[in-house]
Amino acid sequence: MTELARDIIGGKIRAIARGISLVENNIKGREELIDALFPHTGKAQVWGITGPPGAGKSTLADLLISCERDRGRKVAVVAVDPSSPFTGGALLGDRLRMQSHAEDDGVFIRSMASRGHLGGVSGATLDAVKVLDAAGFDTIIVETIGVGQTEVDIIELTDLVLLVLVPGMGDEIQAMKAGVMEIGDIFVINKSDKEGAEKLRTEVEYVLGFKYAGEKEKMNPVCLVSAKMKKGLDHLRNEMERLYGQLEESGELREKRKERIRKELLRIFSLKIHELLDRKMDFYNNVGEWAEMIYNKDVKPYHFINERLRFFLKKESE
Amino acid sequence: MSKRKLRILIAKPGLDGHDRGAKYVARALKDEGYEVIYTGIRQTPESIVRTALQEDVDFVGLSLLSGAHNELFPRIVDLLRENDAADIIVFGGGVIPEEDIPFLKEKGVRAVFTPGTPIQEIVDFIESKRDERNQ
Amino acid sequence: MEEYKKIKEARRKWEEKTVDKVISRFPERKEIFVTGSDIPVDRAYSPESFDEERWLDEVGFPGEYPFTRGVQPTMYRGRFWTMRQYAGFGTAEESNRRYKYLLEQGQTGLSVAFDLPTQIGYDSDDAMSVGEVGKVGVAIDTLKDMEILFEGIPLDKVSTSMTINAPASVLLAMYIVVGEKQGVSRDQLRGTIQNDILKEYIARGTYIFPPEPSMRLITNIFEFCSKEVPKWNTISISGYHIREAGSTAVQEVAFTIADGMEYVKTAVRAGLDVDQFADRLSFFFNAHNDLLEEVAKYRAARRIWATLMKEKFLAKSSKSMMLRFHTQTGGSTLTAQQPDNNIVRVAIQTLAAVLGGTQSLHTNSRDEALALPTEDSVRIALRTQQIVAHESGVANTVDPLAGSYYVEALTSRIYNEAMDYIEKIEEMGGMVKAIEKGYIQKEIQDAAYRYQKDVEKGDRIVVGVNKFTIKEEAPRDLLKVDPALRDLQVKKLARTKAERDNEAVKKALKALEDAAAKPDVNLMPLIIDAVREYASLGEICNILREVYGEYKESIVL
Ligand SMILES: Nc1nc2c(ncn2[C@@H]2O[C@H](COP(=O)(O)OP(=O)(O)OP(=O)(O)O)[C@@H](O)[C@H]2O)c(=O)[nH]1
Ligand SMILES: [Mg+2]
Repeated sequence: MTELARDIIGGKIRAIARGISLVENNIKGREELIDALFPHTGKAQVWGITGPPGAGKSTLADLLISCERDRGRKVAVVAVDPSSPFTGGALLGDRLRMQSHAEDDGVFIRSMASRGHLGGVSGATLDAVKVLDAAGFDTIIVETIGVGQTEVDIIELTDLVLLVLVPGMGDEIQAMKAGVMEIGDIFVINKSDKEGAEKLRTEVEYVLGFKYAGEKEKMNPVCLVSAKMKKGLDHLRNEMERLYGQLEESGELREKRKERIRKELLRIFSLKIHELLDRKMDFYNNVGEWAEMIYNKDVKPYHFINERLRFFLKKESE
Repeated sequence: MSKRKLRILIAKPGLDGHDRGAKYVARALKDEGYEVIYTGIRQTPESIVRTALQEDVDFVGLSLLSGAHNELFPRIVDLLRENDAADIIVFGGGVIPEEDIPFLKEKGVRAVFTPGTPIQEIVDFIESKRDERNQ
Repeated sequence: MEEYKKIKEARRKWEEKTVDKVISRFPERKEIFVTGSDIPVDRAYSPESFDEERWLDEVGFPGEYPFTRGVQPTMYRGRFWTMRQYAGFGTAEESNRRYKYLLEQGQTGLSVAFDLPTQIGYDSDDAMSVGEVGKVGVAIDTLKDMEILFEGIPLDKVSTSMTINAPASVLLAMYIVVGEKQGVSRDQLRGTIQNDILKEYIARGTYIFPPEPSMRLITNIFEFCSKEVPKWNTISISGYHIREAGSTAVQEVAFTIADGMEYVKTAVRAGLDVDQFADRLSFFFNAHNDLLEEVAKYRAARRIWATLMKEKFLAKSSKSMMLRFHTQTGGSTLTAQQPDNNIVRVAIQTLAAVLGGTQSLHTNSRDEALALPTEDSVRIALRTQQIVAHESGVANTVDPLAGSYYVEALTSRIYNEAMDYIEKIEEMGGMVKAIEKGYIQKEIQDAAYRYQKDVEKGDRIVVGVNKFTIKEEAPRDLLKVDPALRDLQVKKLARTKAERDNEAVKKALKALEDAAAKPDVNLMPLIIDAVREYASLGEICNILREVYGEYKESIVL
């Protein structure tokens, strides 16, 4: 085992931070590091917080950190903000709302830029969570960038997802029925100090009522919270605990985590095959020429593709 | 291979609330393609250093206008060193009289940018240290 | 009407014939010209740019509604503005010496700068105060320091302005007790506390408590002073720092007046009558380099305030409608490069403030971009005001730029744009809401970012910075605060704490704590009792922190 992996498991701040950079920058040693850390993972509860921009995700994370610290648990946060598609730069602002924990030894906060990855998190978030898990944090909170419809990665990343909604979103709730409402394990209606929170709760429950017609007990909890006024937190925290207990007991958590690994396997295999393809067929150097041939109708597309693949596979097996 | 993303912490130690400069630099560096973390005002040296460690930044840029730089900047450099992070490059800015700059440099602040410095000068400084950061 | 038609026709001809001919051969320096705040500027203005029919409604005469031309009918023909240099640094002893020097030099009012720990309610021995004690102003921990600060300065003879916000009630309480000890009664005290917490959330950053309790403290002061300290200006609603944070002139006016409206609303909600406190509200603006835009800004601000006070808040007394203001020349316009150039900038800004009808003025010293000003440069700054007052002749008539087509057009433009902002803020539910949303901060930051980018691209010239630069020697002889000062101050505080009646302090603080939790008690008398017993600023603020919590900034980038 490398010194870095040892130090991460030993909980050294600098090592943890470097480990995350290493997976984030996808440089040499990433795979070895994750392999070395993997046996030490699986102990942490991993929570996701997602929701539209400005819903109060970071403010809520800040309060959840305090809750966990009160129970003597160590907490890590990974907060993802978007990278600029033009410059690649990013202003990582989530941390600001949690800065009052900066001097607490039991708290580790890491900002990540999405670096072009779609889905509300960054490509390395999953591995970053592994690093933090191996480092001995009891709870790991992942905050996504503001969601639209497609950012469902968070489900695959975490054990328990809080979807934060706020009153005054108007018709958006309609649009959300389709996709985003599928995401949350717990629906948090934040900013309940403002008008319209009760109405939103009714709407959300109405939508959920359709989904769970006849199985009311399975319906996701809907919690009214005001992160700003620190209201409704105990209730939320209790619901989280209850749900987490249920997940553990019913074996659902195990299944969730296995499913996560299945997806990850698929993703990594695809990636590796893609790399292999490029390496062996020199794909990117040839693709221009091939396109030219197809454009000029010198060859038929599928015929050509199948031909190339057969050639490549034969060459491989020789 | 694209260049490694450099990460920069822009921090405001001390008690002054004049964050126009710090915010400008943070935003401009983002526009230059860096990943920037901004702490907000009234940060203690301890919280700045912990933030720098957790975020694994390459640079810490300190902005201070109250005149407390001779006390606070060196304290931050020292704390980084105590935490095994002397490699993180510290630079400063704000209302800092020319005559204080040699003292600050001697204490380990690698560059000081006084008001009116074009952002390009800060970018040049950062890029000139890229190799050092990649070691 | 006929007249305007003729002028319009003449203007059209001028543009087509005279102008076009010249431009085709000698193009202008730029495609578009704008003011310092990005307002487009025409080639030349003529009568039709300002609708003279509205003259009586919108401009009128000095000392009359809507006060566009000034709040007094005679302005500087009666009395010059108050020349008031902001000063204070290090210990109370040192600052006291500086005040006496300034009074001897002909300054007519005192202006106290406090160090940051004092402004944020920390004692000098607090861990948060490290490095900051005595740096940007004088350190005040207890009444003891305040007694020393005003030693030998009779409080019934001077007017004192104190730049203090979050803990304004504590410093005012100390001032009142120093008065008591000098035998000066409360109704003889004259001066101003800044007491403007909203702009701290927006721009300056020395807040302590969340908005709601902060507004309550402010209202308590309004009420207390209207009865007990009637000559005191209870608030100085400040655009100065909003501008320093990078706002435009329009934003400076709009946000400052929106702040003012919030204070009025809060006080009215608390049961005060508008005319009972509104004449004690004063304003504080910046002076930047775009001379005519600045003049228009002050004129527009007066007109907006008068309009709102009359039409929205239904004030009856015309005193309630008058926007009286202090001006400080713009710190952010000073350059560290070629510092002597700053003398010229300050002279232009002084003219702007005077032509705009300010009630008092602080002129910055040339070296302020570098450090605390030296005595020499403070004197030059004061002399600048004296030259404008006595030699320039601009103080001989009231509002001399009225009727300038350009200035009147700009005044209307700023009035309209600021009113649009104010309406928008009202729609959001007022200034507190707009601040909590981060809207105001974002508007200012965007303006600041645009400005700085323009400077970097060379679209805006700052002499000595991005053009006409020279190699310079590092300046010497800058004034420095002795770092050992903190120890001194800490020792002094320890001594005071040892000598005071600690039982009495405890009792006074307990009484304050109990009252703080009750919304309808006025805290001023309790704070006065506590400071009289030498309870420290930090002790008092910590009690209030426990009851009210602390404000967390909502940052937007
Ligand atoms: N009124 C009210 N405001 C809140 C509440 N929670 C958060 N806010 C405010 O909402 C704004 C956004 O909060 P954040 O926590 O940064 O929201 P976010 O979802 O993390 O935002 P992004 O990460 O930018 O998508 C801040 O100004 C908060 O102070 C609440 O319960 N009530
Ligand atoms: Mg966030």
